[in-house]
Amino acid sequence: MTYDEKLQNVSVLGAAGKMGSGILLLTAVEMTNLSFKPQNKGKTFVINAIDLSDEGLAGIMPYINGQVRKIAEKQTVWLRSVYEDRADLIENSEIIDQYIFDVMNVIRPTTAMEVAYRSGLIFEAVSENPDLKVKILSQIDKNNPNTPWYFTNTSSVPIKLIEEKANLKGRILGFHFYNPPAVQKLVELITTKNTDPIMVDFAYGYAKGIRKIIVPSNDIAGFIGNGHFIRDGLHGINEAKALTAKYTWPEAVYMINKVSQDYLVRPMGIFQLMDYVGVDVMKYILNVMDPYMPDEDLHSDILNRVIELGITGGQLSSGAQKDGFLKYERDQAIAAFDPDTKSYVNFTDFAEKCDDALGKMPDGFMSWKAVIRKKNKDEIFTAFFTNMKAMNSLGAKLGLKYGACSNAIGQKLVADGVAASSDDVNTVMLTGFFHAFGPVNKYFD
Amino acid sequence: MKNLRRKVYMAAGYNTISMGTGRKEFNPKKERPGLEEYLIEAGQGVLTQIDGGAKSVDESVLGNFMAAHFNKQGNLPGFFPMIDKGLEYKPATSVEGACGSGSLSLVSGIKSVLAESAEVVLSMGAEVQNTVKAIYGADILAYAGWFKKRKKGHAYFFPGQFSDRAGAYFAKYDRDKARKGMAQWYANAIENARLDPTAQEYHNTHPDPYGLSFKSEPNGKVFVDNLNYMDCSKVSDAASGIIIASEEGLKRIGIDKKDAVEVVGYAQVIRNITEDPTELTELKAIKTTIEKVFQSTGLSIDQIATVELHDCFTIAGILTVEALGLAKPGEGCDFVAKGNTKRDGILPMNTTGGLIGWGHPTGGTGVHQAVTIWQQLTGKTGKAQINISAERPYGMTINMGGDDVTINAIIYKKGE
Repeated sequence: MTYDEKLQNVSVLGAAGKMGSGILLLTAVEMTNLSFKPQNKGKTFVINAIDLSDEGLAGIMPYINGQVRKIAEKQTVWLRSVYEDRADLIENSEIIDQYIFDVMNVIRPTTAMEVAYRSGLIFEAVSENPDLKVKILSQIDKNNPNTPWYFTNTSSVPIKLIEEKANLKGRILGFHFYNPPAVQKLVELITTKNTDPIMVDFAYGYAKGIRKIIVPSNDIAGFIGNGHFIRDGLHGINEAKALTAKYTWPEAVYMINKVSQDYLVRPMGIFQLMDYVGVDVMKYILNVMDPYMPDEDLHSDILNRVIELGITGGQLSSGAQKDGFLKYERDQAIAAFDPDTKSYVNFTDFAEKCDDALGKMPDGFMSWKAVIRKKNKDEIFTAFFTNMKAMNSLGAKLGLKYGACSNAIGQKLVADGVAASSDDVNTVMLTGFFHAFGPVNKYFD
Repeated sequence: MKNLRRKVYMAAGYNTISMGTGRKEFNPKKERPGLEEYLIEAGQGVLTQIDGGAKSVDESVLGNFMAAHFNKQGNLPGFFPMIDKGLEYKPATSVEGACGSGSLSLVSGIKSVLAESAEVVLSMGAEVQNTVKAIYGADILAYAGWFKKRKKGHAYFFPGQFSDRAGAYFAKYDRDKARKGMAQWYANAIENARLDPTAQEYHNTHPDPYGLSFKSEPNGKVFVDNLNYMDCSKVSDAASGIIIASEEGLKRIGIDKKDAVEVVGYAQVIRNITEDPTELTELKAIKTTIEKVFQSTGLSIDQIATVELHDCFTIAGILTVEALGLAKPGEGCDFVAKGNTKRDGILPMNTTGGLIGWGHPTGGTGVHQAVTIWQQLTGKTGKAQINISAERPYGMTINMGGDDVTINAIIYKKGE
């Protein structure tokens, strides 16, 4: 079966979710573009957008429509050649509208999972629950006569586990997108020893088609991305906890969030990142990873407590950030949650005191936004961290400790065989998390 | 020299800022002034400079290209009383000739004064086109070409047309030297725009505009084959206005002749829009217009102090240099590359940035050109002022609609 044929009938499970809808978008566009090839004239391409929620499916269609418009607007020069023979399509606006129609026309939103029985390729993007994944994939595989391939978007569940329990025999691989899939360039590819090499070739071709960068990761729970994020997050929580000897929890959260953002020149602080991923999702991932890491204690009492109080983070379907460890106004963090009083405390109440306690920023500081497009980043960071080392402030100490911890996590991922090299770890953090420098570096030696 | 049957002057010019990408205050995501606000600012900017204000104006004319699409607005003459109540129940008209609409507004005013049907005319030009994304704006601007050829045209239709002209020029002469001339044209535009606070590129601080353009190889996969972005004028929102008056009219509005420019002569030419240009490396209608205006005025290019010409694309600037007779075909690029058209060159051109540097509010450009010449010849250009010598006292504007289709050229001198 050719690449094009494999993509003629596809299903996305969990299509209304933030990851599923992105996978749906990218794949529908790729399928539509394939349908333009002369050899595919007259063939029908179908992608089933499957989800439990009718409301969710209705909600993602405007998102898909808007995203396809953006894609079409950037590719109008090419699209004019695609629709060259259509005498009725003259202006750019007509051509863009037609392309949107063609992509939307490939998508079949439905709550009936049975339609997946006809697909040759199935993307799984349901919640991070191993039992649920196994149950759904087993059911489809028993009823699907096409011996389909399964691409799971799991960010933590070992692929081998799903493969064995759902009896998929080499027909599943991990194809882990980063949030949001339409924007993030990175995909982690995870195979098992049984994975069909033809499927792996296909995965590389598909990644190229949707313009993603693949980083292979070994099949160890958490893989590279979450392997780093989860431990990095727990370090942040523990550092905040340590600060509570002198500061309140909201103050400690504010300080560690600031240190992990400004002192490590990251796009967001660690508590904001945990909110972005979803505090509840983080717990799911911890639950999946913990049993596989006997030497580590991958859990957090505070995280559990916050979730029990109904604090989840994550995003609204509009894309707006929901409140988590931090409270947001127009996606800007403005307050920190206090589990004791079950309420948010505004930064303005304590920011000045905490900033004074952290001390002045080391010389050479540049924000992530200012530095990310610079060509001489290494030079900038070398000077910045050298200055940080020469300081005795609380902020500098916490920053250096944080950087060293991130470095150790990166090296552990290589030592444990999760990543083939420190370059792979760095690529994941640079492209999947938009860090300005990879965790494995010499700045914190 | 063949005199016009009556002396015609221009004075009291006003330009709004040319708003669009490049200006610090431009934010496409925020609500911005519309056509109405631009008309009010430019119109009142003119009227406050004349005695009697709107009461002194006999009629008004507006050059605009595509308000019907960019702003969903037609029947534009009805906006003049919005500028000032004193314009209500008086004659007004609007004219359209694509990007040449502004100079059609000027010519309409000149004709009214010559016909003695008006002593004072308010001539304006305006376009507000950042209302749509560039890819849809390209559809609207393509109406300046023949719609029956739109299907085979480029997504960015007009850049596509002038890319073809540049490609033919590259093939016939020398690509490298042509691109050097085009890059120098861009560098001059930026250098001049930085001296005019109303220019769209006023805030441009790039240390090496020439290198930026020359090193940017055109990429047909994302744009057009033979032009880069620096070779193209940007999308602009702006309005300009100027008074066109007889001697009597000047007296009425209290403007001294030395603060006005006299229209020495003008020529208007059109080319058949349904026919392709016979020679892509020549702007034949522009060349014909220039010949006619020099013939009718008895002047020559050696007497011109400065030219405001229609550089919607750098290649159009180069080809117009050749049409002016300043260089042989294929050598206009060298003439520009040598610095002859810089503000301190033999013949300074587009001294406030032209379409590439100041901006190109399509239907407003012709009027903006006249305002710049009025400013230069009367010493009102501020930091962008050039030296006007007694040997070369004349100024000239060349305004083009479409691909060398609707052309106006006007020659001016300081009033005396």
